[in-house]
Amino acid sequence: MVIAKEAPVKETIVTRDNVIAPVQKNIVYETRGLDLWYGEHHGLKNINLDIYENEVTAIIGPSGCGKSTYLKTLNRMVELVPIVRTSGEILYRERNILSKDYAVEELRTHVGMVFQKPNPFPKSIYDNIAYGPRIHGIKNKKILDEIVEKSLRGAAIWDEVKDRLNQNAYGLSGGQQQRICIARCLAIEPDVILMDEPTSALDPISTLKVEELVQELKEKYSIVIVTHNMQQAARISNRTAFFLNGEVIEYDETDNIFQNPSDQRTEDYISGRFG
Amino acid sequence: MKYIDDTLVMKRMSKRLLYNKIWKFLFFLATTFALITLAVLLYRIVTQGAGYLTADFLTNFASRFPAKAGIKAALIGSLWLMAVVAPVSIILGVGTAIYLEEYAKKNKLNDFIRMNISNLAGVPSIVFGLLGLTIFVRTFGFGKSVLAAGLTMSLLILPVIIVAAQEAIRAVPNEQREASYGMGATKWQTIVRVVLPAAIPGILTGSILALSRAIGETAPLVVIGIPVILQFLPTSVFSEFTALPMQIYDWAKRPQEEFQYVAAAGIIVLMAVLIFMNSIAVFIRNKFQKRY
Amino acid sequence: MSLHKPSDPSVQQMIADTQGKGMKRLIEKLMPILLFTAATLSVLTTFAIVFTLIFETFEFFQRVSITDYLFGTEWLPFSSKEPMFGILPLIVGTLKVTFIAIIVAVPLGIASAVYLSEYASDNARRVIKPILEVLAGVPTIVYGFFALTFVTPVLQQLIPSLKVFNALSPGIVVGIMILPMITSLSEDAMSSVPQSMREGALGLGSTKLEVSLKVVLPAALSGITASVVLAVSRAIGETMIVSLAAGSTPKFDFGVTDSVQTMTAYIVQVATGDAGYGTTIYYSIYAVGFTLFIFTLVMNLLAHYISKRFREEY
Repeated sequence: MVIAKEAPVKETIVTRDNVIAPVQKNIVYETRGLDLWYGEHHGLKNINLDIYENEVTAIIGPSGCGKSTYLKTLNRMVELVPIVRTSGEILYRERNILSKDYAVEELRTHVGMVFQKPNPFPKSIYDNIAYGPRIHGIKNKKILDEIVEKSLRGAAIWDEVKDRLNQNAYGLSGGQQQRICIARCLAIEPDVILMDEPTSALDPISTLKVEELVQELKEKYSIVIVTHNMQQAARISNRTAFFLNGEVIEYDETDNIFQNPSDQRTEDYISGRFG
Repeated sequence: MKYIDDTLVMKRMSKRLLYNKIWKFLFFLATTFALITLAVLLYRIVTQGAGYLTADFLTNFASRFPAKAGIKAALIGSLWLMAVVAPVSIILGVGTAIYLEEYAKKNKLNDFIRMNISNLAGVPSIVFGLLGLTIFVRTFGFGKSVLAAGLTMSLLILPVIIVAAQEAIRAVPNEQREASYGMGATKWQTIVRVVLPAAIPGILTGSILALSRAIGETAPLVVIGIPVILQFLPTSVFSEFTALPMQIYDWAKRPQEEFQYVAAAGIIVLMAVLIFMNSIAVFIRNKFQKRY
Repeated sequence: MSLHKPSDPSVQQMIADTQGKGMKRLIEKLMPILLFTAATLSVLTTFAIVFTLIFETFEFFQRVSITDYLFGTEWLPFSSKEPMFGILPLIVGTLKVTFIAIIVAVPLGIASAVYLSEYASDNARRVIKPILEVLAGVPTIVYGFFALTFVTPVLQQLIPSLKVFNALSPGIVVGIMILPMITSLSEDAMSSVPQSMREGALGLGSTKLEVSLKVVLPAALSGITASVVLAVSRAIGETMIVSLAAGSTPKFDFGVTDSVQTMTAYIVQVATGDAGYGTTIYYSIYAVGFTLFIFTLVMNLLAHYISKRFREEY
């Protein structure tokens, strides 16, 4: 994996006591002047955004604002739509992922994704988790066993499924399926995890479990989460970007965005005046 | 501890990407096989048959001499056959489809009818020939006539028409039916004035495609035993007749090489008829697509 | 313009006048019955097929013992001294052709389905799919002619010992005939695998090949298997290609370069010959037809069972 040797930025964090503490944070993703078109529709307009290591970055905004599109650009999943064109650059660990010679397959082994609707494969729980390691050439049963256990533990679902690893993943509840998908993603030991409204199809209790999980995961991974739920963004994220009509209106620490937004439109949105 | 070794992953990556490219090419190659075969088939038949495809060929009756052989009786015979098959199969097929889609309740009998139709579609055409021979030719005493062959072919393509008509009827949105009922229309009025007009392009397309299958079908005619060298045209549905594929089969079987070319010329005529029918079907499909 | 005169009936009045007229009620009652009759006709057809075959086959077994028929390895119906009616050579001939067809059609069909469903652009699909429809619409008599006048001569260049009538050439051409069926049914099965499944696999860094082989194919397996079984059924019942190109020599062996005879080709041979009504040979075509019917029926029911039983729930 390409790990940036030195990409620190100085930044100041304003704590409650107003004591200014300088902190060094590594940048994972650097988006520079990104534009994206769906055919004629200008979906993303001049996006400039840095995403930091071991943080949860939330992306909020009304539907159709481009937040999911931006997330899917980070692992080039947008390319599944043939009419999409992009310009500008996204540096992941200092390499431009939008360049032709960056293989998407390579990018996606570093950047895992969890989708809106749980989408386990119609295979056993074990085979779901082992899918990623297997395509990377791991065949040793013992190692696979360990990866499966570690990933399921990492996704806080090991205790619920350890006795039925050979059953079809579709026998599980929606919330469990989503945590299987998170475990499947952890099994390739990614650097970044992208989450596209991961709780929108889940009940409140499952949502809570996934949210707690996200909090644990940020110790090891950098997480970007798109959510339509502002409370969720406020609860779990370190930073929040507010998107509107394909533009980043405001990007700041979550506390600032929610307590002291600098843009009127951000304030209107988080106070529920539209969206 | 990390289980996935990044250097190994990257080493394998180029191999995986290469495999993907190679297999994509192989899959593409497999797809072109069908296209190339079709091209070769058409090219062969046109080059073999074009020389024999003259005005005389279309207006002559069959003959023992390749140079004099013509396709008139077969072409007219096929049209007579269609004159029986089209009304019988469409009326029965659409009627069945209306019953299944609009009237049939969910019960064992109707499930059985549905199951039966899907199985009937899988019965080999030659078995329909045996049915036609026994029931229409012998039991009903129609002989080797247009009627006997036409009824046999109708039963053969019936499942195809039923399925196509069912799909067309199912595609009519329920709101249209409700709008009609809402004004106090009866069920039959709704079917005749709302459902059928909306479903007719789909029904026609499916029916034409089914009829084009009947035009090219040979095996049932062979089993019924319709003649090949005929010097007269049918005068009614009870006349003996011959048909295009039957005539082609007879020519193709003959040992003289010239008859191979005559057969190819016959195939050109048959394919021209099929392409004509298919274009009508495609035209109807495109013209009436997406109306809701 | 004058308004309605008081004597003009209102629309509601006119409607009320037509209500309850005998004719309209009769139609409402009669039509479902007529339509039901049309629907029962297809059931009647099946019964007619089954009864015809059973009835005439029963007649055949009055003359030929059922064990000789089922287990006999000699099919010599036209022998003047001692006719033999052992079905096995015809079954072996049919299976030879079917087997060759499947070897040709299954790999090509599934590969084309993968290409169309997973790799091809919308434009490529728009071009290729109608061509496959045309290929599916080519009458079997045309394929038979193609086998006899093109494929056999070409194969003879490669295999000098190949006879004019053989199992190989019609087998390959039957394979070409069922290819569009396997391709389009398999592609349907693969296209109905939800896109979210592909996204999940792509999101883990899979190549399209890995998505196709490890996620889509396994998920669509039941549909693909059903399409192959249906294609086998079609190949078994195929008549004109084998009648023209396979010959009429019933053989109980496993060679593919010599003339063979299939069940369907035998029926055609008798039908185009001059076997009189009521002879044993005449009844034999019903016995063979019944055997053929059983084979295809089992295949069709199997395909139905597979696609129902193993339908994946996404």
